[in-house]
Amino acid sequence: MTSALLLLADGRFPAGGHAHSSGLEAAVAAGRVSSLSTLESFLLGRLYTTGLVTAAFAAASHHAAAHPATSTAAAHPAAQGAAAAHLATPSGAVEGGSVPRLGDMECAAGSEVLLQLDEELEARMASPATRVASRKQGAALLRAAKMVWPGDGYGLLPQRRDGVHHAVVLGVTAAAAGLSCAEAALIACYSQVTGQASAALRLLGFSPYDIQRLLAQLAGQCDAVAMAATAHAGKDPAELPMFSSPLADISAELHATWEVRLFAS
Amino acid sequence: MHPETVHTHPDPNVDPHSALHHHGAFRVGIGGPVGSGKTALVAALCRAFAGELRLGVVTNDIYTTEDADFLKRAGVLDPQRIRAVETGCCPHTAIRDDISANLAAIEELEEELGQLDLVLVESGGDNLTATFSRGLVDRQIFVVDVAGGDKVPRKGGPGVTAADLLVINKTDLAPMVGADLSVMERDARARRGDLPTIFLSIAQDRQAVKVADWIRALLAHEH
Repeated sequence: MTSALLLLADGRFPAGGHAHSSGLEAAVAAGRVSSLSTLESFLLGRLYTTGLVTAAFAAASHHAAAHPATSTAAAHPAAQGAAAAHLATPSGAVEGGSVPRLGDMECAAGSEVLLQLDEELEARMASPATRVASRKQGAALLRAAKMVWPGDGYGLLPQRRDGVHHAVVLGVTAAAAGLSCAEAALIACYSQVTGQASAALRLLGFSPYDIQRLLAQLAGQCDAVAMAATAHAGKDPAELPMFSSPLADISAELHATWEVRLFAS
Repeated sequence: MHPETVHTHPDPNVDPHSALHHHGAFRVGIGGPVGSGKTALVAALCRAFAGELRLGVVTNDIYTTEDADFLKRAGVLDPQRIRAVETGCCPHTAIRDDISANLAAIEELEEELGQLDLVLVESGGDNLTATFSRGLVDRQIFVVDVAGGDKVPRKGGPGVTAADLLVINKTDLAPMVGADLSVMERDARARRGDLPTIFLSIAQDRQAVKVADWIRALLAHEH
Protein backbone atom coordinates (compact mmCIF):
# COMPACT_ATOMS: atom_id res chain seq x y z
CA MET A 1 0.00 0.00 0.00
CA THR A 2 1.63 3.20 -1.12
CA SER A 3 0.74 6.80 -1.85
CA ALA A 4 1.88 6.19 -5.43
CA LEU A 5 -0.97 3.71 -5.79
CA LEU A 6 -3.50 6.32 -4.69
CA LEU A 7 -1.90 8.93 -6.94
CA LEU A 8 -2.10 6.81 -10.08
CA ALA A 9 -5.62 5.58 -9.26
CA ASP A 10 -6.91 9.09 -8.53
CA GLY A 11 -9.44 10.36 -11.07
CA ARG A 12 -7.58 13.67 -10.93
CA PHE A 13 -4.46 12.11 -12.40
CA PRO A 14 -4.19 14.02 -15.71
CA ALA A 15 -4.38 11.14 -18.16
CA GLY A 16 -7.48 12.09 -20.12
CA GLY A 17 -9.87 9.75 -18.32
CA HIS A 18 -12.43 12.42 -17.45
CA ALA A 19 -13.53 12.69 -21.08
CA HIS A 20 -14.33 8.98 -21.39
CA SER A 21 -17.45 7.22 -20.10
CA SER A 22 -16.30 3.79 -21.36
CA GLY A 23 -19.69 2.98 -22.82
CA LEU A 24 -21.82 4.52 -20.10
CA GLU A 25 -23.03 7.45 -22.21
CA ALA A 26 -24.19 5.08 -24.95
CA ALA A 27 -25.94 2.84 -22.40
CA VAL A 28 -27.72 5.84 -20.87
CA ALA A 29 -28.88 7.08 -24.26
CA ALA A 30 -30.23 3.62 -25.11
CA GLY A 31 -32.17 3.58 -21.84
CA ARG A 32 -30.25 0.61 -20.48
CA VAL A 33 -28.88 2.61 -17.55
CA SER A 34 -31.40 4.88 -15.88
CA SER A 35 -31.42 3.96 -12.18
CA LEU A 36 -28.97 2.90 -9.47
CA SER A 37 -29.87 -0.76 -9.96
CA THR A 38 -29.35 -0.66 -13.73
CA LEU A 39 -26.11 1.24 -13.15
CA GLU A 40 -24.98 -1.49 -10.77
CA SER A 41 -25.75 -4.15 -13.38
CA PHE A 42 -23.84 -2.19 -15.99
CA LEU A 43 -20.79 -1.71 -13.76
CA LEU A 44 -20.71 -5.37 -12.76
CA GLY A 45 -21.20 -6.59 -16.30
CA ARG A 46 -18.31 -4.50 -17.53
CA LEU A 47 -16.14 -5.29 -14.50
CA TYR A 48 -16.30 -9.05 -15.17
CA THR A 49 -15.69 -8.65 -18.93
CA THR A 50 -13.54 -5.74 -20.09
CA GLY A 51 -12.50 -5.02 -16.49
CA LEU A 52 -10.98 -8.47 -16.03
CA VAL A 53 -9.39 -8.39 -19.49
CA THR A 54 -7.79 -4.96 -19.10
CA ALA A 55 -6.65 -5.74 -15.55
CA ALA A 56 -5.01 -8.97 -16.73
CA PHE A 57 -3.24 -7.05 -19.50
CA ALA A 58 -2.15 -4.36 -17.05
CA ALA A 59 -0.74 -7.03 -14.72
CA ALA A 60 0.98 -8.85 -17.59
CA SER A 61 2.43 -5.57 -18.91
CA HIS A 62 3.71 -4.71 -15.46
CA HIS A 63 5.35 -8.12 -15.31
CA ALA A 64 6.90 -7.68 -18.74
CA ALA A 65 8.37 -4.32 -17.73
CA ALA A 66 9.53 -5.35 -14.26
CA HIS A 67 10.67 -8.90 -15.05
CA PRO A 68 11.19 -8.95 -18.81
CA ALA A 69 13.30 -12.09 -18.91
CA THR A 70 10.89 -14.40 -17.11
CA SER A 71 7.65 -13.19 -18.65
CA THR A 72 8.48 -14.51 -22.07
CA ALA A 73 10.50 -17.63 -21.61
CA ALA A 74 8.18 -19.96 -23.49
CA ALA A 75 7.16 -17.64 -26.24
CA HIS A 76 10.17 -16.34 -28.13
CA PRO A 77 13.67 -17.42 -29.07
CA ALA A 78 14.92 -13.91 -28.32
CA ALA A 79 13.29 -14.14 -24.92
CA GLN A 80 14.87 -17.48 -24.17
CA GLY A 81 18.27 -15.96 -24.77
CA ALA A 82 17.31 -13.11 -22.52
CA ALA A 83 16.03 -15.50 -19.89
CA ALA A 84 19.38 -17.27 -19.90
CA ALA A 85 21.12 -13.92 -19.53
CA HIS A 86 18.75 -13.08 -16.71
CA LEU A 87 19.50 -16.31 -14.86
CA ALA A 88 23.19 -15.56 -15.16
CA THR A 89 22.63 -12.23 -13.44
CA PRO A 90 19.80 -12.77 -10.95
CA SER A 91 20.28 -9.28 -9.56
CA GLY A 92 18.39 -8.06 -12.63
CA ALA A 93 14.97 -8.65 -11.14
CA VAL A 94 13.54 -6.81 -8.19
CA GLU A 95 10.58 -8.05 -6.18
CA GLY A 96 7.85 -5.56 -5.37
CA GLY A 97 7.71 -3.87 -8.70
CA SER A 98 10.47 -1.30 -9.13
CA VAL A 99 12.05 -1.45 -12.56
CA PRO A 100 15.50 -2.98 -12.47
CA ARG A 101 18.39 -1.93 -14.65
CA LEU A 102 18.02 -4.07 -17.71
CA GLY A 103 20.51 -5.63 -20.04
CA ASP A 104 20.07 -5.35 -23.80
CA MET A 105 18.71 -8.86 -24.15
CA GLU A 106 16.20 -8.35 -21.36
CA CYS A 107 15.03 -5.11 -22.95
CA ALA A 108 14.52 -6.87 -26.26
CA ALA A 109 12.51 -9.58 -24.54
CA GLY A 110 10.42 -7.07 -22.58
CA SER A 111 9.73 -5.05 -25.74
CA GLU A 112 8.69 -8.15 -27.61
CA VAL A 113 6.21 -9.17 -24.91
CA LEU A 114 4.74 -5.68 -24.63
CA LEU A 115 4.28 -5.56 -28.40
CA GLN A 116 2.55 -8.91 -28.26
CA LEU A 117 0.35 -7.79 -25.36
CA ASP A 118 -0.66 -4.68 -27.33
CA GLU A 119 -1.59 -6.83 -30.33
CA GLU A 120 -3.42 -9.43 -28.23
CA LEU A 121 -5.46 -6.73 -26.51
CA GLU A 122 -6.26 -5.19 -29.89
CA ALA A 123 -7.58 -8.57 -31.03
CA ARG A 124 -9.87 -8.67 -27.98
CA MET A 125 -11.56 -5.38 -28.93
CA ALA A 126 -14.09 -6.01 -31.67
CA SER A 127 -15.08 -2.34 -31.92
CA PRO A 128 -12.65 -0.06 -33.79
CA ALA A 129 -14.02 2.89 -31.79
CA THR A 130 -13.07 1.14 -28.55
CA ARG A 131 -9.58 0.48 -29.90
CA VAL A 132 -9.15 4.15 -30.77
CA ALA A 133 -10.38 5.22 -27.32
CA SER A 134 -8.03 2.77 -25.60
CA ARG A 135 -5.03 3.92 -27.64
CA LYS A 136 -5.85 7.60 -27.08
CA GLN A 137 -6.04 7.03 -23.34
CA GLY A 138 -2.82 5.06 -23.47
CA ALA A 139 -1.09 7.97 -25.20
CA ALA A 140 -2.46 10.42 -22.64
CA LEU A 141 -1.36 8.24 -19.74
CA LEU A 142 2.11 7.83 -21.22
CA ARG A 143 2.45 11.60 -21.62
CA ALA A 144 1.62 12.12 -17.95
CA ALA A 145 3.57 9.11 -16.68
CA LYS A 146 6.84 10.15 -18.34
CA MET A 147 6.66 13.49 -16.56
CA VAL A 148 5.48 12.17 -13.20
CA TRP A 149 7.67 9.06 -12.91
CA PRO A 150 10.53 9.53 -15.39
CA GLY A 151 12.41 6.38 -16.27
CA ASP A 152 13.77 4.10 -18.96
CA GLY A 153 10.97 1.52 -18.74
CA TYR A 154 8.74 3.40 -21.19
CA GLY A 155 11.31 2.71 -23.89
CA LEU A 156 10.15 -0.92 -23.85
CA LEU A 157 6.71 0.08 -25.14
CA PRO A 158 5.93 -0.27 -28.85
CA GLN A 159 6.40 2.97 -30.79
CA ARG A 160 3.02 3.84 -32.26
CA ARG A 161 1.85 7.23 -33.43
CA ASP A 162 -1.74 6.40 -32.41
CA GLY A 163 -0.70 5.31 -28.93
CA VAL A 164 -0.29 1.99 -27.14
CA HIS A 165 -3.37 0.44 -25.49
CA HIS A 166 -4.16 1.97 -22.12
CA ALA A 167 -3.88 -1.26 -20.10
CA VAL A 168 -0.38 -1.91 -21.47
CA VAL A 169 0.80 1.62 -20.67
CA LEU A 170 -0.83 1.33 -17.25
CA GLY A 171 1.20 -1.78 -16.42
CA VAL A 172 4.46 -0.14 -17.46
CA THR A 173 3.57 3.05 -15.61
CA ALA A 174 2.74 1.13 -12.43
CA ALA A 175 6.15 -0.55 -12.66
CA ALA A 176 7.83 2.84 -13.11
CA ALA A 177 5.95 4.14 -10.08
CA GLY A 178 7.28 1.27 -7.98
CA LEU A 179 3.90 -0.43 -7.68
CA SER A 180 3.28 -4.17 -7.76
CA CYS A 181 1.64 -6.29 -10.40
CA ALA A 182 -1.47 -6.68 -8.26
CA GLU A 183 -1.67 -2.93 -7.79
CA ALA A 184 -1.53 -2.41 -11.57
CA ALA A 185 -4.48 -4.78 -11.97
CA LEU A 186 -6.36 -3.11 -9.14
CA ILE A 187 -5.96 0.34 -10.71
CA ALA A 188 -7.30 -1.02 -14.01
CA CYS A 189 -10.47 -2.36 -12.34
CA TYR A 190 -10.94 0.58 -10.01
CA SER A 191 -10.46 3.19 -12.75
CA GLN A 192 -12.96 1.53 -15.02
CA VAL A 193 -15.68 1.25 -12.38
CA THR A 194 -15.16 4.71 -10.88
CA GLY A 195 -14.79 6.35 -14.30
CA GLN A 196 -18.10 4.92 -15.46
CA ALA A 197 -19.77 5.81 -12.16
CA SER A 198 -18.48 9.38 -12.43
CA ALA A 199 -19.91 9.64 -15.95
CA ALA A 200 -23.25 8.38 -14.61
CA LEU A 201 -23.18 11.04 -11.93
CA ARG A 202 -22.69 13.74 -14.54
CA LEU A 203 -25.22 12.37 -17.06
CA LEU A 204 -28.06 11.24 -14.77
CA GLY A 205 -27.75 13.54 -11.79
CA PHE A 206 -27.56 10.82 -9.13
CA SER A 207 -26.82 11.82 -5.58
CA PRO A 208 -23.05 11.61 -5.09
CA TYR A 209 -23.68 9.73 -1.82
CA ASP A 210 -25.67 7.05 -3.64
CA ILE A 211 -22.88 6.69 -6.20
CA GLN A 212 -20.20 6.37 -3.54
CA ARG A 213 -22.27 3.86 -1.56
CA LEU A 214 -22.68 1.77 -4.70
CA LEU A 215 -18.93 1.92 -5.34
CA ALA A 216 -18.28 0.89 -1.75
CA GLN A 217 -20.62 -2.09 -2.19
CA LEU A 218 -18.77 -3.11 -5.35
CA ALA A 219 -15.32 -2.72 -3.78
CA GLY A 220 -15.05 -6.38 -2.76
CA GLN A 221 -15.85 -7.59 -6.26
CA CYS A 222 -13.46 -5.04 -7.74
CA ASP A 223 -10.70 -6.42 -5.49
CA ALA A 224 -11.59 -10.01 -6.39
CA VAL A 225 -11.50 -9.36 -10.14
CA ALA A 226 -8.16 -7.58 -9.77
CA MET A 227 -6.79 -10.53 -7.84
CA ALA A 228 -7.99 -12.98 -10.48
CA ALA A 229 -6.44 -10.78 -13.16
CA THR A 230 -3.10 -10.67 -11.36
CA ALA A 231 -2.77 -14.43 -11.69
CA HIS A 232 -2.34 -13.98 -15.44
CA ALA A 233 0.89 -11.99 -15.14
CA GLY A 234 3.77 -13.75 -16.83
CA LYS A 235 1.56 -16.00 -18.97
CA ASP A 236 1.83 -16.24 -22.73
CA PRO A 237 -0.07 -13.13 -23.93
CA ALA A 238 -2.22 -15.27 -26.22
CA GLU A 239 -3.54 -17.12 -23.16
CA LEU A 240 -4.83 -14.03 -21.35
CA PRO A 241 -8.61 -13.72 -20.70
CA MET A 242 -10.76 -12.78 -23.69
CA PHE A 243 -14.16 -11.84 -22.30
CA SER A 244 -16.18 -9.26 -24.16
CA SER A 245 -19.73 -7.98 -24.40
CA PRO A 246 -21.12 -7.71 -27.93
CA LEU A 247 -23.71 -5.12 -26.95
CA ALA A 248 -20.97 -2.86 -25.60
CA ASP A 249 -19.05 -3.21 -28.87
CA ILE A 250 -22.13 -2.37 -30.96
CA SER A 251 -22.96 0.58 -28.69
CA ALA A 252 -19.41 1.90 -28.94
CA GLU A 253 -19.64 1.86 -32.73
CA LEU A 254 -22.97 3.70 -32.68
CA HIS A 255 -21.68 6.22 -30.12
CA ALA A 256 -18.75 7.09 -32.37
CA THR A 257 -21.18 8.16 -35.11
CA TRP A 258 -23.25 10.49 -32.94
CA GLU A 259 -23.20 14.09 -34.06
CA VAL A 260 -23.54 15.32 -30.50
CA ARG A 261 -21.83 13.52 -27.65
CA LEU A 262 -20.39 14.65 -24.33
CA PHE A 263 -17.82 11.90 -23.87
CA ALA A 264 -15.10 10.68 -26.21
CA SER A 265 -16.15 7.06 -25.61
CA MET B 1 4.10 11.77 -42.91
CA HIS B 2 5.29 8.27 -43.72
CA PRO B 3 3.20 5.72 -41.77
CA GLU B 4 6.27 4.04 -40.33
CA THR B 5 7.77 7.24 -39.05
CA VAL B 6 8.41 6.81 -35.36
CA HIS B 7 6.73 9.51 -33.32
CA THR B 8 8.40 10.44 -30.09
CA HIS B 9 7.86 13.40 -27.86
CA PRO B 10 10.59 15.94 -28.62
CA ASP B 11 11.46 16.18 -24.95
CA PRO B 12 9.77 13.38 -22.97
CA ASN B 13 11.12 14.32 -19.58
CA VAL B 14 10.36 17.99 -19.83
CA ASP B 15 9.21 19.81 -16.70
CA PRO B 16 5.47 20.43 -17.15
CA HIS B 17 5.91 23.95 -15.84
CA SER B 18 8.27 24.81 -18.63
CA ALA B 19 5.52 24.70 -21.26
CA LEU B 20 6.17 28.33 -22.14
CA HIS B 21 9.28 27.03 -23.88
CA HIS B 22 7.58 24.39 -26.02
CA HIS B 23 8.86 24.16 -29.55
CA GLY B 24 5.63 24.43 -31.52
CA ALA B 25 3.28 27.24 -32.43
CA PHE B 26 2.42 30.11 -30.09
CA ARG B 27 -0.76 29.10 -28.24
CA VAL B 28 -3.52 31.46 -27.20
CA GLY B 29 -6.44 30.26 -25.07
CA ILE B 30 -9.85 31.88 -25.45
CA GLY B 31 -12.21 31.34 -22.51
CA GLY B 32 -15.34 32.89 -21.08
CA PRO B 33 -18.99 32.29 -20.23
CA VAL B 34 -21.49 30.68 -22.61
CA GLY B 35 -22.65 33.03 -25.35
CA SER B 36 -20.11 35.78 -24.72
CA GLY B 37 -18.64 35.45 -28.22
CA LYS B 38 -15.66 33.11 -27.95
CA THR B 39 -16.39 31.33 -31.22
CA ALA B 40 -17.19 34.64 -32.91
CA LEU B 41 -13.81 35.95 -31.73
CA VAL B 42 -12.04 32.86 -33.07
CA ALA B 43 -13.82 33.35 -36.42
CA ALA B 44 -12.85 37.03 -36.46
CA LEU B 45 -9.19 36.18 -35.76
CA CYS B 46 -9.25 33.57 -38.53
CA ARG B 47 -10.43 36.32 -40.91
CA ALA B 48 -7.82 38.74 -39.59
CA PHE B 49 -4.90 36.31 -39.96
CA ALA B 50 -5.97 34.70 -43.25
CA GLY B 51 -2.98 34.68 -45.58
CA GLU B 52 -0.79 36.14 -42.82
CA LEU B 53 -0.24 33.33 -40.29
CA ARG B 54 -0.25 29.53 -40.40
CA LEU B 55 -3.18 28.98 -38.07
CA GLY B 56 -4.72 26.05 -36.19
CA VAL B 57 -7.82 25.97 -33.96
CA VAL B 58 -8.81 23.54 -31.19
CA THR B 59 -12.36 23.75 -29.82
CA ASN B 60 -13.62 22.34 -26.50
CA ASP B 61 -17.37 22.60 -26.83
CA ILE B 62 -19.49 20.59 -24.38
CA TYR B 63 -21.27 19.32 -27.46
CA THR B 64 -18.39 17.76 -29.26
CA THR B 65 -18.30 19.49 -32.61
CA GLU B 66 -20.76 22.38 -32.38
CA ASP B 67 -18.16 25.17 -32.37
CA ALA B 68 -15.91 23.37 -34.82
CA ASP B 69 -18.88 22.96 -37.18
CA PHE B 70 -19.75 26.65 -36.81
CA LEU B 71 -16.23 27.61 -37.82
CA LYS B 72 -16.27 25.22 -40.76
CA ARG B 73 -19.65 26.55 -41.96
CA ALA B 74 -18.44 30.12 -41.56
CA GLY B 75 -15.74 29.27 -44.09
CA VAL B 76 -13.12 31.26 -42.20
CA LEU B 77 -10.61 28.42 -41.97
CA ASP B 78 -9.83 25.21 -43.83
CA PRO B 79 -11.65 22.42 -41.89
CA GLN B 80 -8.33 20.51 -41.80
CA ARG B 81 -7.03 23.21 -39.47
CA ILE B 82 -9.78 22.72 -36.86
CA ARG B 83 -9.88 20.00 -34.17
CA ALA B 84 -12.65 19.35 -31.64
CA VAL B 85 -11.89 17.86 -28.22
CA GLU B 86 -14.48 16.01 -26.11
CA THR B 87 -14.60 17.23 -22.52
CA GLY B 88 -16.89 14.73 -20.76
CA CYS B 89 -19.20 17.40 -19.31
CA CYS B 90 -16.21 19.20 -17.74
CA PRO B 91 -14.93 21.93 -20.07
CA HIS B 92 -12.78 23.51 -17.35
CA THR B 93 -11.09 20.18 -16.58
CA ALA B 94 -9.97 19.84 -20.20
CA ILE B 95 -8.22 23.22 -20.19
CA ARG B 96 -6.88 23.30 -16.64
CA ASP B 97 -6.72 20.07 -14.60
CA ASP B 98 -6.18 17.50 -17.35
CA ILE B 99 -4.91 19.11 -20.53
CA SER B 100 -3.85 15.89 -22.25
CA ALA B 101 -6.57 15.77 -24.92
CA ASN B 102 -5.89 19.39 -25.90
CA LEU B 103 -2.14 18.84 -26.06
CA ALA B 104 -2.72 15.77 -28.22
CA ALA B 105 -5.01 17.76 -30.55
CA ILE B 106 -2.40 20.51 -30.96
CA GLU B 107 0.31 17.94 -31.69
CA GLU B 108 -1.93 16.24 -34.27
CA LEU B 109 -2.48 19.56 -36.02
CA GLU B 110 1.25 20.27 -36.07
CA GLU B 111 2.04 16.77 -37.30
CA GLU B 112 -0.46 16.89 -40.13
CA LEU B 113 -0.05 20.51 -41.20
CA GLY B 114 3.60 21.09 -40.45
CA GLN B 115 4.90 24.13 -38.62
CA LEU B 116 2.17 26.51 -37.41
CA ASP B 117 2.58 30.10 -36.23
CA LEU B 118 -0.47 30.31 -33.98
CA VAL B 119 -2.90 27.86 -32.37
CA LEU B 120 -6.10 29.20 -30.85
CA VAL B 121 -7.59 26.96 -28.13
CA GLU B 122 -11.23 27.81 -27.49
CA SER B 123 -12.65 26.57 -24.19
CA GLY B 124 -16.17 25.30 -23.78
CA GLY B 125 -18.51 27.93 -22.39
CA ASP B 126 -18.04 27.84 -18.63
CA ASN B 127 -18.14 30.21 -15.71
CA LEU B 128 -16.06 33.07 -14.36
CA THR B 129 -13.61 30.74 -12.62
CA ALA B 130 -12.47 28.78 -15.69
CA THR B 131 -8.91 29.53 -16.74
CA PHE B 132 -6.31 27.80 -18.87
CA SER B 133 -3.31 25.91 -17.56
CA ARG B 134 0.04 27.49 -18.41
CA GLY B 135 0.97 24.00 -19.53
CA LEU B 136 -1.50 24.33 -22.38
CA VAL B 137 -1.34 27.94 -23.58
CA ASP B 138 1.19 30.76 -23.66
CA ARG B 139 -1.38 33.50 -23.20
CA GLN B 140 -5.10 33.59 -22.50
CA ILE B 141 -7.96 35.84 -23.47
CA PHE B 142 -11.13 35.96 -21.38
CA VAL B 143 -14.27 37.05 -23.23
CA VAL B 144 -17.30 38.49 -21.44
CA ASP B 145 -20.12 40.47 -22.96
CA VAL B 146 -22.01 43.63 -22.16
CA ALA B 147 -25.37 41.84 -22.35
CA GLY B 148 -24.28 39.53 -19.52
CA GLY B 149 -24.55 42.56 -17.21
CA ASP B 150 -22.20 45.41 -16.45
CA LYS B 151 -21.47 43.87 -13.02
CA VAL B 152 -19.36 41.05 -14.49
CA PRO B 153 -15.97 42.81 -14.28
CA ARG B 154 -16.71 43.79 -10.67
CA LYS B 155 -17.50 40.14 -9.78
CA GLY B 156 -13.96 39.28 -10.76
CA GLY B 157 -12.92 35.64 -10.67
CA PRO B 158 -9.70 34.27 -12.13
CA GLY B 159 -10.80 34.79 -15.74
CA VAL B 160 -11.54 38.48 -15.32
CA THR B 161 -8.72 39.28 -12.92
CA ALA B 162 -5.83 37.24 -14.30
CA ALA B 163 -6.35 36.67 -18.05
CA ASP B 164 -3.64 38.26 -20.16
CA LEU B 165 -6.34 40.08 -22.11
CA LEU B 166 -9.96 40.78 -21.13
CA VAL B 167 -12.30 41.29 -24.07
CA ILE B 168 -15.66 42.89 -23.38
CA ASN B 169 -17.79 42.05 -26.41
CA LYS B 170 -21.16 43.27 -27.76
CA THR B 171 -20.64 46.94 -26.92
CA ASP B 172 -23.28 47.71 -29.57
CA LEU B 173 -25.89 46.19 -27.22
CA ALA B 174 -25.05 48.45 -24.25
CA PRO B 175 -27.91 50.94 -24.78
CA MET B 176 -30.43 48.10 -25.21
CA VAL B 177 -29.55 46.31 -21.98
CA GLY B 178 -28.87 49.42 -19.93
CA ALA B 179 -25.21 48.59 -19.40
CA ASP B 180 -22.79 51.37 -18.49
CA LEU B 181 -19.51 50.83 -20.34
CA SER B 182 -17.67 53.36 -18.16
CA VAL B 183 -18.60 51.33 -15.07
CA MET B 184 -17.28 48.19 -16.74
CA GLU B 185 -14.06 49.92 -17.72
CA ARG B 186 -13.50 51.29 -14.22
CA ASP B 187 -14.24 47.93 -12.58
CA ALA B 188 -12.02 46.08 -15.05
CA ARG B 189 -9.13 48.44 -14.29
CA ALA B 190 -9.70 48.01 -10.55
CA ARG B 191 -9.68 44.21 -10.89
CA ARG B 192 -6.90 43.89 -13.43
CA GLY B 193 -4.41 46.60 -12.63
CA ASP B 194 -2.13 47.05 -15.63
CA LEU B 195 -3.46 44.06 -17.58
CA PRO B 196 -5.17 45.18 -20.81
CA THR B 197 -8.91 45.25 -21.52
CA ILE B 198 -10.41 45.69 -24.99
CA PHE B 199 -13.99 46.75 -25.66
CA LEU B 200 -15.37 45.69 -29.01
CA SER B 201 -18.37 44.55 -30.99
CA ILE B 202 -17.47 41.60 -33.16
CA ALA B 203 -20.81 42.02 -34.94
CA GLN B 204 -19.45 45.33 -36.27
CA ASP B 205 -15.71 44.65 -36.26
CA ARG B 206 -15.55 41.39 -38.23
CA GLN B 207 -11.77 41.05 -37.80
CA ALA B 208 -11.51 42.05 -34.14
CA VAL B 209 -8.72 44.41 -35.17
CA LYS B 210 -7.51 45.38 -31.69
CA VAL B 211 -7.34 41.77 -30.48
CA ALA B 212 -5.52 40.70 -33.66
CA ASP B 213 -3.03 43.52 -33.10
CA TRP B 214 -2.50 42.40 -29.49
CA ILE B 215 -1.65 38.89 -30.73
CA ARG B 216 0.62 40.29 -33.48
CA ALA B 217 2.57 42.20 -30.87
CA LEU B 218 3.03 39.01 -28.79
CA LEU B 219 4.22 37.08 -31.84
CA ALA B 220 6.66 39.85 -32.78
CA HIS B 221 8.02 39.72 -29.23
CA GLU B 222 8.41 35.93 -29.48
CA HIS B 223 10.52 36.01 -32.63
